[in-house]
Amino acid sequence: MKKTVFIGAMTAAATLVAGAASATVLDEVKARGELNCGVSTGVNGFSAPDSAGEWQGFDVAVCRAVAAAVLGDPKKVKFVTTTGQTRFTALASGEIDLLARNTTWTFSRDTDLKFTFAGVNYYDGQGFMVNKALGVSSAKELDGATVCIQTGTTTELNLADYFKANNMKYEPVPIETNAEAQQQYLAGACDVYTTDASGLAATRATFADPENHAVLPEIISKEPLGPLVAQGDDQWADIVRWTLNALVAAEELGITSANIEELSKGTSNPEIDRMLGSSEDDLGAMIGLDKQWAKRAIAAGGNYGEVFAANIGESTPIGLARGLNALWTQGGLQYSPPFR
Amino acid sequence: MSNTKISFVRTNMLPQKSPPSSQVGAVRWLRENLFSSPLNAMLTLLGVLIVYFLIVHLGPWFKNSIWNANSLSQCREILAGESGACWAVIKDRWHQLLFGFYPQEAYWRPVLTFVLMIVAVAPILFAVVPRKVLWFSAVFPFLAFWLLWGGSIWYSVAALLGFVVGFGAFVLLQRISALVAVIGAVLAPIFWWLFLAGPVDTLLTAIVPIRIPAIQSHDFGGFMISIIIGVTGIVLSLPMGILLALGRQSDMPLVKWICVGFIEFIRGVPLITLLFTASLLLNYFLPPGTNFDIVLRVIIMVTLFAAAYMAEVVRGGFAALPRGQYEAADALGLDYWKSQRLILLPQALKISIPGIVNTFIGLFKDTTLVVFIGILDPIGLSNAIRADSNWNGIVWELYGFIALCFFIFCFGMSRYSQYLEGKLKTDHR
Repeated sequence: MKKTVFIGAMTAAATLVAGAASATVLDEVKARGELNCGVSTGVNGFSAPDSAGEWQGFDVAVCRAVAAAVLGDPKKVKFVTTTGQTRFTALASGEIDLLARNTTWTFSRDTDLKFTFAGVNYYDGQGFMVNKALGVSSAKELDGATVCIQTGTTTELNLADYFKANNMKYEPVPIETNAEAQQQYLAGACDVYTTDASGLAATRATFADPENHAVLPEIISKEPLGPLVAQGDDQWADIVRWTLNALVAAEELGITSANIEELSKGTSNPEIDRMLGSSEDDLGAMIGLDKQWAKRAIAAGGNYGEVFAANIGESTPIGLARGLNALWTQGGLQYSPPFR
Repeated sequence: MSNTKISFVRTNMLPQKSPPSSQVGAVRWLRENLFSSPLNAMLTLLGVLIVYFLIVHLGPWFKNSIWNANSLSQCREILAGESGACWAVIKDRWHQLLFGFYPQEAYWRPVLTFVLMIVAVAPILFAVVPRKVLWFSAVFPFLAFWLLWGGSIWYSVAALLGFVVGFGAFVLLQRISALVAVIGAVLAPIFWWLFLAGPVDTLLTAIVPIRIPAIQSHDFGGFMISIIIGVTGIVLSLPMGILLALGRQSDMPLVKWICVGFIEFIRGVPLITLLFTASLLLNYFLPPGTNFDIVLRVIIMVTLFAAAYMAEVVRGGFAALPRGQYEAADALGLDYWKSQRLILLPQALKISIPGIVNTFIGLFKDTTLVVFIGILDPIGLSNAIRADSNWNGIVWELYGFIALCFFIFCFGMSRYSQYLEGKLKTDHR
């Protein structure tokens, strides 16, 4: 008897799930009038609230661009803060429509966890920071060093692999957060701090004496960070992917937030016209949006280069060089397929 | 020998002399309290040394406090290499640490709620407050919900009316029989909430629209969320805990085993597990699109957790009562509820006050665990604030401020419990 009731309840729940899952994410977002975007609880330069409570950052800019493309207003985003533990569940359960949270694109996350990565908005890699007083100029000289490392991350595994491959020994000092790492490193609890190079640069920028610390040249892992969506709704994945592509293409084509209004009146370059919706082709209709979607996405925060410069570029305290994230025409990896 | 002349016999009293210098004033106090034995003397010197080091190291840090700066680097420029606290971060972000992302123009709402909360708990905490204020205490939870989350006032009113309906049903049906009255008092409000509350809410909203802008839970944060979760948990866990403690002692096997099972299960898992369940697992179990508020889920879990502990604390109080008290209650011919209410519970609760307040303080501090499920409580916000390039690298000032706020609340609770213990002290031990 008990069993029947239980099975009955499960069936009812399953029916509800099936019934609700049929609507597309795009329809849901439009009906809600708000994009639920998962961000981190705070990563310098990538997502952080300012003193007015507005979220700012490189990952946040992706959320805003998608909201602008889909809903016509970059402000119509509900930022859901996620931790390393809750981020994937939040996305899989539909609590968030899009996760833009410094998440490395890996095989198992793409396949086993059933997500679709919409692209790479930042090519990162794991690096090392040491005190210059140590006199170390290469990671190969770090044999026997004590290393501050965040537990439960891919960086921990990469570190073990790297030291093993180079036949070196190290002593790990496990830490939980970046803030803790800064304190431990400055207090001399470890010789080396290792995490993503962007994080190292941001951390170094906060020191009272950044000139005494050096980031070693070796990058020991590939960390392509990008926005991701749940598998199973290709149209929604396409929207996010091509919004990201539009930002990159805009930089390549010289579309900026300053000249976008003028360019959208029509240019001699047919690709710009197609992107900005001033030609006959209606690219937006192919992904369930209107003609102006890409124009709004770019206008939200500028093209990829502008977003980069405003949040993590060389003029900011974080001061990251474009490096791998330069356009392919300038020796980097940022490359958008053609808008056609 | 006997007739040896005694050369001197004092005939008058000597004037009183002042006691030796080692037995008076500061010296005596020092000798008695600080240097009464070699070990104590050493401990005293050690203590002085520790205080000295604290002052030498923390003194300049506090003395050079900087309140006006826009970023950590600016603080450092002003300090020019000296040690000093950069309190400017608190000045810049205090509103976030207190209210999270609650809209600034609506700060009056949580502040008013907080003030009203003090009014509402006053008659419960202090006997001098007029009893009539208890009516306000009963209405307060609904008022607080409306003030904090906003929307139409009639939503709260309709929910409140459910209790009125239940009470009405109880009074009306009491003429038939007590059992029917209790059943009616439980069923009528449920019927009201399920079928009538919605239409009544809609109707009243249409006639007299009283509404303030609605604010979603995900904008809540900082100490506001700690206090909401903590206070709701505290208020709900005490009655639940008492019921569970009574249930555990019950003679009815079903009630007893349900209560024991609940208490042992909840006490057997860490709070963080329950929070992850609330935030992650429920997402999978509930149909997508279900709007089951995350703050509500957390409050439920925290309350269940605290209730299980509370039950054991209260049971300890019951266990300390002499057998004679139970027998005396029976001998007076009181029924179960009357003997509990009039004789046993007051004594058991009085004994358990330190344990109860201990659980409250623990619960209030445990609210910081919500940071692991992405809710921005003060600790979570300190991370978010540090993620801003302006304040990246600032640690002690933020944690110091948070610690101070928590200390004020917890110390307040602790002092109140001591006051209450003193007031209720009837034995002459």
